[in-house]
Amino acid sequence: MQQSKIGLDHTKVAHAREIARNIANQVSTFVDGYTTVAVERTICRLLGIDGIDSNEVPLPNVVVDALKSSGQLGQGIAFYMGNAILETGKDPQAIAEAVSKGELDITRLPLHGTAEIQAALQPYINATIDRIRNRRLRREHYINTIGEGSKPYLYIIVATGNIYEDVVQAQAGARQGADIIAVIRTTGQSLLDYVPYGATTEGFGGTFATQENFRIMRKALDEVGEEVGRYIRLCNYCSGLCMPEIAAMGALEGLDVMLNDALYGILFRDINMQRTLIDQYFSRIINGFAGVIINTGEDNYLTTADAYEEAHTVLASDFINEQLALQAGLPEEQQGLGHAFEMDPMLENGFLYELAQAQMLREIFPNAPLKYMPPTKFMTGNIFRGHIQDALFNIIGQWTHQGLQLLGMPTEAIHTPFMSDRYLSIENAKYIFNNMKDIGEEVEFKEDGIIRRRAKEVLDNATTLLEQMESEGLFSALEKGIFANVNRPKNGGKGLDGVTRKGENYFNPFVELMKGKK
Amino acid sequence: MSEGLYSMEAKDYDKTLDLTKIKPYGDTMNDGKVQLSFTLPVPAGAEAEEAAKQLLKKMGFENPLVVFQKELTEGFCFMNCYGSLTHTVDYTNIHVPKVESTTMEMKECDEYIREHIGRNIVIVGASTGTDAHTVGIDAIMNMKGYAGHYGLERYDMIDAYNLGSQVPNEEFIAKAIELKADALIVSQTVTQKDVHIKNLTELVEMLEAEGLRDKVILICGGPRISHELAKELGYDAGFGPNTYADDEASYIAQEMVRRGWK
Repeated sequence: MQQSKIGLDHTKVAHAREIARNIANQVSTFVDGYTTVAVERTICRLLGIDGIDSNEVPLPNVVVDALKSSGQLGQGIAFYMGNAILETGKDPQAIAEAVSKGELDITRLPLHGTAEIQAALQPYINATIDRIRNRRLRREHYINTIGEGSKPYLYIIVATGNIYEDVVQAQAGARQGADIIAVIRTTGQSLLDYVPYGATTEGFGGTFATQENFRIMRKALDEVGEEVGRYIRLCNYCSGLCMPEIAAMGALEGLDVMLNDALYGILFRDINMQRTLIDQYFSRIINGFAGVIINTGEDNYLTTADAYEEAHTVLASDFINEQLALQAGLPEEQQGLGHAFEMDPMLENGFLYELAQAQMLREIFPNAPLKYMPPTKFMTGNIFRGHIQDALFNIIGQWTHQGLQLLGMPTEAIHTPFMSDRYLSIENAKYIFNNMKDIGEEVEFKEDGIIRRRAKEVLDNATTLLEQMESEGLFSALEKGIFANVNRPKNGGKGLDGVTRKGENYFNPFVELMKGKK
Repeated sequence: MSEGLYSMEAKDYDKTLDLTKIKPYGDTMNDGKVQLSFTLPVPAGAEAEEAAKQLLKKMGFENPLVVFQKELTEGFCFMNCYGSLTHTVDYTNIHVPKVESTTMEMKECDEYIREHIGRNIVIVGASTGTDAHTVGIDAIMNMKGYAGHYGLERYDMIDAYNLGSQVPNEEFIAKAIELKADALIVSQTVTQKDVHIKNLTELVEMLEAEGLRDKVILICGGPRISHELAKELGYDAGFGPNTYADDEASYIAQEMVRRGWK
């Protein structure tokens, strides 16, 4: 490992990582025994089931709801779907349509042996695995031929609510220099227990994540990427109650970056912790296989807690998120661990603390494309000061080699960005990244100075917290409000009724094929 | 493009302040100077500049100047402009509805409640409807507060319940009844397509239908909320940007006293 610029003690880092691994192991032991409606719907999608019924209910929901109401959810959809293929001779899509018309109850067919069932599924499984692998190869081919932007990647959002208007905004952003376009989801989508279908033109504060919208934006970004000679990454939100389904849809349509953080959903959307940790495990397996960079939501913790005092909770959560990702086979190179500390800009030496923490994160997670984001909480409507606040964050992003720089907008907290707001923000970042390009290699931090002391303090506090959580367990820690001062009951929140214990016939064929694979 | 920026032209207008005819101030009284930036859906160039100048004139600007232009993407030109506004308004004749209460700081407010109401007051807050943003309601309710103003949870004489975000109006009302709320605080951050108006109106209608509207003090707040808008929608008060927990606590306490609630 490289010599630490801020005097981090690497044995302490290794110790903290070890504890986080133990915490994550406790979670996986739990997760292994359960499945959810979202996981089963995801398997439906991966077997090729798509479309909606006459009431606009997505067919994966129709099929899984039918399974659940006959009390067979725990046996898993793969088992019954494979069996139905053998019995009916139809493909999964035709079977789903028959279920939706009430013509077929797949739980009442004569049962075949598991080996035979698995064999019946194989062609559909292979088709999906090939399609996702080809998507990944396509991305790699683009990067090898037309190239990509240098890190930190410039990450901007579009949020018009209308996918076709989003395309105009996204292409303009790419021409101005953006490397990643995130299509913000409409407010409230994380709490829907289904994924809407088709192209959408109405949304509040964002645009619905649908497979068709993914396809439309992917095509638009490929076009503009070829025009500007840079591969443009597409980001969406694989969070909420449909976490693994959106991962699957993103994998099928060639998304590159996904917000994917159970802890965020638990804390800020009150999603049940058991549900979302089970969902997250499968979604990260899919994201890992598809070559998707995940982003975690730690930068949001400090919107509710005090950013200076609680900085160590961000680091502790990053340690845990790293281990949860590794357990799902998602490699470090795809772990866009989130951070950035929403400290009051008026705090004396706030920039130094921010720099210390960003450098610390960089050194602790050397291979991760860290996601760095300026604070939104302290954007006041004073667009001129806000633009400078964003500039200071851009300096730190370049200095400490962050992976994904979420660009703040001067008009944050006023409206979703104008086309010109994005231009000003990209210009700000490009100016700083170029003008201060090698500052990180030129400047060292003073022995026992403010910056080194701050990094040490945050690491020490994070370790103490992790030790406490190791004995508590993650679930109990969340119940006690250790993160973000928000406490969530293990059996509270949304989505618990979609969780069930795996039955004796249960299998998910995609875990084995995708986990830790390319 | 910059001639005129350092203009030496005689400033032959009245430079005394007249509150019945005020206009923007750059560096000389009544110079009317305004800076604007906007994007026109046309390519950059002399035509774009002329279009911007004509628009500025229609807005009532003299000496319109386009000091910067940049084509953001094909067919969209961003411009920074200046001009001198010809319009004036009569400042002496302006009346803005305001929340009528005196803001007390936390200890003072607790003391006021203890003395005049003699029991803890119950305040239930939420970000309602589809709005997922907790930043506003947290700033008001949570212990820590915001920008040095402690949140309602920290007040000795207030029992504050923060229900968080995406709370359906039905659930909000049910909780208000259960907790015997004296006051309800609704936070609305997302305002695209006026979703907040629909949601705020729905809450008032539901409270009226339940016969509860007069039994609670109903407040809304958020970056796009003004007291005037709140009154229009049937709320008792509205709190916009740069208002804090102490403003709301003080208002609620004083309004309860005004209404003679104990």
